[in-house]
Amino acid sequence: MKQNDTFHIGGKALTSRLFTGTGKYGDDTLIPAVCAASGAQVITVALRRVDLDKKADNVMRHIPEHMVLLPNTSGARTADEAVRIARLARAMGCGDWIKIEIIADNRYLLPDGYETAKATEILATEGFVVLPYMNPDLYVARSLASAGAAAVMPLGAPIGTNRGLRTEEMIRILIEEMDLPVIVDAGIGAPSQACQAMEMGAAACLVNTAIATASDPLGMGRAFGQAVAAGRAAFLAGPGAVATLARPSSPLTGFLDEPGGAA
Amino acid sequence: MSFLPEALRLLREPLEERLRATTEADVSRVLGRERISENDFLALLSPAAGACLEALASRAKDLTERHFGRTISLFTPLYVSNHCANRCRYCGFAATNTIPRSKLTIAEVRAEGEAIAATGLRQILLLTGEAPHTAGVPYLEDCVRVLRPLFPSIAIEVFPMETKDYARLIQAGVDSLTVFQETYDPTLYADLHPAGPKRNYAFRLDTPQRGAEAGMRVVNIGALLGLTDWRRELFVTGLHAAWLQKNYPGVDVAMSLPRMRPHAGDFEPACVVSDRDLVQAMTALRLFLPRLSITISTRETSGFRDNILPLGVTRMSAGVSTAVGGHAKPAETGQFEISDGRSVAEVCRMLRAKGYQPVFKDWEPLEVSA
Repeated sequence: MKQNDTFHIGGKALTSRLFTGTGKYGDDTLIPAVCAASGAQVITVALRRVDLDKKADNVMRHIPEHMVLLPNTSGARTADEAVRIARLARAMGCGDWIKIEIIADNRYLLPDGYETAKATEILATEGFVVLPYMNPDLYVARSLASAGAAAVMPLGAPIGTNRGLRTEEMIRILIEEMDLPVIVDAGIGAPSQACQAMEMGAAACLVNTAIATASDPLGMGRAFGQAVAAGRAAFLAGPGAVATLARPSSPLTGFLDEPGGAA
Repeated sequence: MSFLPEALRLLREPLEERLRATTEADVSRVLGRERISENDFLALLSPAAGACLEALASRAKDLTERHFGRTISLFTPLYVSNHCANRCRYCGFAATNTIPRSKLTIAEVRAEGEAIAATGLRQILLLTGEAPHTAGVPYLEDCVRVLRPLFPSIAIEVFPMETKDYARLIQAGVDSLTVFQETYDPTLYADLHPAGPKRNYAFRLDTPQRGAEAGMRVVNIGALLGLTDWRRELFVTGLHAAWLQKNYPGVDVAMSLPRMRPHAGDFEPACVVSDRDLVQAMTALRLFLPRLSITISTRETSGFRDNILPLGVTRMSAGVSTAVGGHAKPAETGQFEISDGRSVAEVCRMLRAKGYQPVFKDWEPLEVSA
């Protein structure tokens, strides 16, 4: 296996390819332990939930200092709202990384590609490291790349569903075609699914619901950290070719190689 | 576009017959389905489904945790005026009731807001009776302007307005609208609202969509359970919520499940909704609309609220006074009696003990740009 498999994004070198989140925990004090158990180095936080006026009871105080903060624009319905949330996040001291989430469909929480590209262009120009959440659509991914995205974050299944890699073939195309890192975000419900995404060649996975709502979030965080690392190791190791037919021990054309077998 | 034709169509449907005809086997088949249709939803509200309550509860708990996590959003109502021109037979604020009437001055609104903010809450629901000439849009705008620095999220539960008036209030800082149809049965509605502007069934029914069209982030609807058969009412309310979700996909549609409570009047509920009924109503609703926000208010007892928590609830009121100015000074007569009088701190302790996180803030106002 490659010895120094660091992952570079937005000028930062990361050794863990598991991104995690802060939402849905019954108790935010679990967050530091989950980060430690999973080994995640990037953590997303919804700015809409951050109350900087309440220092004593604020999700930000539970995020370990070494983590890269990835504020998200959850709640934004348009590019304009996402841009304003991103600027607020930066003004509040959350850094330059921003995950664009623009959702105007509250039944399935599917992202709006057109508005996402508009916000990405504005924020990339302003110096943000933009990681847009998107449907796994090649044309949208290309427009996000042109707009200045630092990575693309296609969904495996709708947010919070734990349904796994339902969009596997589309994500595979993005991995093949895009020069940007492809970070599978949303829908991953089990470590095996994260491992599968990494085996396919995804640059990283973002997992929140499956960890935060597990009976044992620490145990699940650890399992996801191991699964992502295993999937990455398998990808780097180069899996053997997949055959569609069995290879018989007595091949039908074996006689051709026998003395006097072929004219 | 209006939900009215659908509401009137449902009124002609033999829903009671269909509810009675549903068997436990029908309910079992519905519970095996991933996607719950309108017909399935009706089956889950049937008397037969009452025998499958544990299965409904289990699935409702899973869905709620998956979509909302172990979090409960907290808010409290702030009554700023109890003047009212309506004569709703079931309401303590009805014009016919001889209760002291008051409207807070803007300074008093600020004092109320400060008293609430001191408890840690960051989301409030501003309430008035229906008296636009006394406590109308300009007054509400003034209230919102003094409350905005204290609360990132301000909801209103006031009189139905035109879209342009909602747009004005959104501009001032309101983000959520609550409006209860009370009953979806037009005949009963006319009987319960003998006089006053609330008598206009259709205008009230279209209120949530006018709010949505104006740009409200959250629209919360509900029927007052107990006015008539709860199964029919809940079914139509659920379809109204689904209709709003479909037609206004950018709006977070929410629902409250208020049961009748004692109040300053002599109205007796026509139908008793038991605890078991309310659990069935909530869990059926959760299965039908997995992403619907569901509120349980302090109308319910503390014990019941604690137990129903995992079964679909996403929002709770806490530290409630239903009297005008009741947070900053001794309470006068409220709109109705509350059952759970615990403070915000006590509700938070209960939530944490049960493994839930109280959420005080769930929206970042955008008018303050960096």
